[in-house]
Amino acid sequence: MIALSFRDVELALGGRTVLAGVNLAIGQGEFIGLLGANGSGKTTLLRAALGLVAPRRGAIEVLGKAASRGNRAIGYMPQIRAVPANLRLSGRDFVAGVVNGARWGLPLLGAEGRREVERVLERVGATALAHRALAELSGGERQRLLLAQVLVGSPQLLLLDEPLMSLDPSHQAGVVELVASLQRSLGLTVLFSAHELNPLLGVMDRVLYVGNGQAALGTVDAVITEPVLSRLYGTRIEVVRLGGRIFVMAGAQDMARDTHGCGEHAHEQAHEPSHDHSHGEHAADA
Amino acid sequence: MLEYGFMRNAFAAAAIVALVAGPVGYFLVLRGQTFAGHALAHIGFTGATGAFLIGVAPLWGLLGMTVAGGVAIGLMGERLAQRDVAIGLVLALALGFGLLFLHFVTSYATQATALLFGNVLAVDQATVWSLLGLGIVALAALGVIARPLLFASLQPELAEAKGVSLRLMAVLFLAIVAFATAEAAQIVGVLLVFMLMVGPAAASLRLTRRVGPGVLLAAAFALAEAWGGLALAYETNWPTSFWITALSGLVYGASLLPAALLEAESARPRAAP
Ligand SMILES: Nc1ncnc2c1ncn2[C@@H]1O[C@H](COP(=O)(O)OP(=O)(O)OP(=O)(O)O)[C@@H](O)[C@H]1O
Ligand SMILES: [Mg+2]
Repeated sequence: MIALSFRDVELALGGRTVLAGVNLAIGQGEFIGLLGANGSGKTTLLRAALGLVAPRRGAIEVLGKAASRGNRAIGYMPQIRAVPANLRLSGRDFVAGVVNGARWGLPLLGAEGRREVERVLERVGATALAHRALAELSGGERQRLLLAQVLVGSPQLLLLDEPLMSLDPSHQAGVVELVASLQRSLGLTVLFSAHELNPLLGVMDRVLYVGNGQAALGTVDAVITEPVLSRLYGTRIEVVRLGGRIFVMAGAQDMARDTHGCGEHAHEQAHEPSHDHSHGEHAADA
Repeated sequence: MLEYGFMRNAFAAAAIVALVAGPVGYFLVLRGQTFAGHALAHIGFTGATGAFLIGVAPLWGLLGMTVAGGVAIGLMGERLAQRDVAIGLVLALALGFGLLFLHFVTSYATQATALLFGNVLAVDQATVWSLLGLGIVALAALGVIARPLLFASLQPELAEAKGVSLRLMAVLFLAIVAFATAEAAQIVGVLLVFMLMVGPAAASLRLTRRVGPGVLLAAAFALAEAWGGLALAYETNWPTSFWITALSGLVYGASLLPAALLEAESARPRAAP
């Protein structure tokens, strides 16, 4: 069965076309890495699958039904982390606030709701830190709680928007491994957006690369190639494979790598201030 | 002091208002909308002075203006970049109009002071009943939207994806805040509503980690501050509003202590040479 399909979809925001002619079909149980530069349309694509952005043309289907808001089969981790850094609410209450959150009434959980909260906390290994205040948690620990929220209601399709944002390489690997093990043990379909290709290489089945208003879905070997990426970036791209890692280069600049990751290549970044700059702007937007 | 009818009315009014302001304030602080709450109170001033002009009880003018203002701010949306600027301009503009209305009703100068700083000792029995009715409406409405409101406050994007209308939540909640503001203004006046609505809630959010206990503690703080203020005013003959704001400030200050002490504790070994 197809978990997510786009048929000749065109997406626009504020009158501007972001993506056009998108055709893709993602099977159930697949782990898809969603990659692309800042502003290429990753978030827009995910929001379209959630029914939050109506396609200008074409059709989007989620598990055989037209995409629409309030789909309980989808778990979503937004890119914008709205949690105020000084919030002293406990992690457990932060997760509990999501259980049946769309229903009217008092936010009383009941026995079933409490079980659900404990279940998702345990799934992500956050039971021990759930009594602590959000303000006292590290970015990586908070990420676990966000992942727990995603699992509330047992969704089948996870749309994760940059779960690796602002994590160091070892925590990045931890989150990727956690998502991959959830995906395997629960039989989930995962669409995982990221700026960096390498942390996902070991776990993803296929890659969905967006850029230049287009999207390309396929295996890493089929998509991470010079002709495809040159088309998506609109400039000549070189793909360099080095010791099991892949570097997507435009000139001397590595396009598919997050500035936060890969400390060992720090001096390379120093040659490319424009790369840092684009991330700085992005952070200010969020 | 309860042998006096006006004191009984004052205690009843203060209790009603505190039990509404505490829980509403909790969500106001949680959502980071305290400035909008502050602005609503000032907008209410214009409504109240306008009500004088046309011979209506100020409570209803206040309520009308705060509800209209709350709905308008809610409709501006969560993401409008310059929202605080817009709110600030509207509130200053409203105060300007309030001043103009006051200019035409010079005979009500004492009423103006009561509006700005409150005069809980002048609350009559009829007003107590009005406050009770408004309070029940506000709390009932908050009870109905509490769950999606909490969801939308903690995780707006996810709530939106799960079918919660952020716009509707913002509008409904600020309408409830408007009710609470109009109520609180009867006790402490429009200028000091902040202290009764935001003070106890902010202190509670610093001291609790759970939503339920947090809401209850905010209500308890508000009640203690309002009643404590009344009792102190009775003993000292100083204005009630002064005592309420003083207690509110004191409680908030005290709520910062545990964290500050912990910090000092953990800094000590490192600070030692
Ligand atoms: N409300 C809006 N109105 C008009 N254009 C918008 C709006 N929101 C986003 N855009 C534009 O749509 C494009 C796609 O944005 P999107 O957020 O999907 O990119 P992204 O790939 O998620 O980027 P990032 O890596 O920075 O998160 C960008 O060029 C952005 O400028
Ligand atoms: Mg994005």
